[in-house]
Amino acid sequence: MSESVQTPDRGAVGPASETGELARRSPGKPIKSERAKAETRLGWLLAGPAFVVMLAVTVYPILQAVFDSLFSYRLTAPDDREFVGLGNYGVVLTDPVFWYDLGVTVLITVITVAAELVLGFALALVMNSAIRGLRGPLRTAILIPYGTITVVSAFAWFYAFDVNTGYINSWFSWLPFISPDTAWFGSTAPALFVIILSEIWKTTPFISLLLLAGLAQVPSELTEAARVDGATWWERMSKVILPNMKAAIMVAVLFRALDAFRIFDNIFIMTNGAYGTETLSLLAYRTSIGRLEIGMGSAISVVLFLCVILISFIAIKGFKVDLAGRGGGK
Amino acid sequence: MKKKSNSTLMWVVIAIVVLIYALGPVASILANSFKPASEFAGGGGTFLPKSPTWENYGSIFVGDAQSLFLPALRNSLGITLIATAIAVVLATFCAYAIARLDFPGKRLILTAALAVSIFPVISIVTPLFNLWRQIGLYDTWLGLIIPYLSLTVPISIYTLTAFFQQIPWDLERAAQVDGATNWQAFIKVIVPLALPGVFTTAIIAFFIAWNDFVYGISLTSTSAARPVPAALAFFTGASQFEEPAGAISAAAIVVTIPVIIIVLLFQRQIVSGLTQGAVKG
Repeated sequence: MSESVQTPDRGAVGPASETGELARRSPGKPIKSERAKAETRLGWLLAGPAFVVMLAVTVYPILQAVFDSLFSYRLTAPDDREFVGLGNYGVVLTDPVFWYDLGVTVLITVITVAAELVLGFALALVMNSAIRGLRGPLRTAILIPYGTITVVSAFAWFYAFDVNTGYINSWFSWLPFISPDTAWFGSTAPALFVIILSEIWKTTPFISLLLLAGLAQVPSELTEAARVDGATWWERMSKVILPNMKAAIMVAVLFRALDAFRIFDNIFIMTNGAYGTETLSLLAYRTSIGRLEIGMGSAISVVLFLCVILISFIAIKGFKVDLAGRGGGK
Repeated sequence: MKKKSNSTLMWVVIAIVVLIYALGPVASILANSFKPASEFAGGGGTFLPKSPTWENYGSIFVGDAQSLFLPALRNSLGITLIATAIAVVLATFCAYAIARLDFPGKRLILTAALAVSIFPVISIVTPLFNLWRQIGLYDTWLGLIIPYLSLTVPISIYTLTAFFQQIPWDLERAAQVDGATNWQAFIKVIVPLALPGVFTTAIIAFFIAWNDFVYGISLTSTSAARPVPAALAFFTGASQFEEPAGAISAAAIVVTIPVIIIVLLFQRQIVSGLTQGAVKG
């Protein structure tokens, strides 16, 4: 959807970052003096520990996972550990379960991100144009889902829909496809529906706050000028506001897509992956923690990791999402 | 917008819709926490409890479920607070350096922080599970604090950097010109300016660690270290055939209400912290 909003005037308006980028680079490399060396030393002395700790708790385990994935290694028979090269990857990539789970993961990711983008944008518009006294309370209200533990959200939705504990069936029994004993968690589509609802509820606030920040950066002179020129609400939205928010939208979409791709908590609580609701994260968990097949589980973990890298790469190269753009600035 | 009363009515409707959205599921689980076990069986349930009871809260604090819930609450608080404190201290030094000093590698650190924050947790868990079992960190506080740093450190670095980049550091020099020593200038001028950012970062990092589920269920096996979200998944009813729904709901409310209070008190800071880290300002 966001591709269609690209207009030629994008360059003329230009996201604020580009000028910042230029300004940052123009002075060129400073000449190395004693002072600069001391500053570098102090800089790394202060920043180094955080950097090292951060990498130690993430990069090391990933490398270990890559190493483990080359072995046939079960904790139930640790002495039978045997080097199998890429054999585990061969098994994973030829297993229909893997492809099915990948499909479910992609499906959940696409639906949640699309729904959250629309809902989040609506919420952002509401907060952006809310009358003075209402803006704060609205913002506080939508932070409540953000602050709620995902597992708690999963239980809330599960108990509301479940055939034994819930009230949704009695509320909506007038609908032709809902009866008092509709088993939401007994087949794939309805179970995924509730899982996706819970995910959307919990994470839309985050996306809407990012979009609200993006909305605030659209120069009000531009929207005013468009209004004076007689542009309709829809024209202002599609020709002025959305093109100018492209950066914020892409960052929000990428963050949420990567987050949705790792979905685990909601599914674990509601179905534990049963009835065709298993995703890659659950498959990895079931293989390594559940069945203690460290080698195979590591291979799935590495594949999942590569998927995340691939999504980020496509987003950053293909859609020019500048994630670190603001951070480097002074 | 033409008639004032019309637009007021529209905003009232919008506000109600947003409130129902935000509070619906929390209200639902709050209502559940007051339902007796009988209302969780056989379907045909209602939103509000028909005969409200405190027995679920009794069960998690003094009854059958207390051995499941109370240790988990202690674990969650302890592990999350320690992981947050370590992350915030490390990130404060790091963000200070990035915001104030000019040194090669600044961009690398921020890029790494962003990259690490999108790591799939499940990919880290398998090797840790194996390693922790070998070196005895499985099912210990330390065994969760270490991986929690992968959640708390990156977000702390880039949230704090964004905050620190907005501090007018020249004030420090101005104070020194006015005769303050380096230390006085730092304590009297910089610390009060930096503290809100540090505090907000701590809240956001705490939320993320508090929300963890994957590490919690994968790296623990008993109440020695299992945090609340993981413990909730292992709650059992009074008998094998009884839904633990009431006790789970009560426990969920106990861990949700404090967070909601924090959100209500600090919403402005949380919003600026969340968005500064991720969006160009």
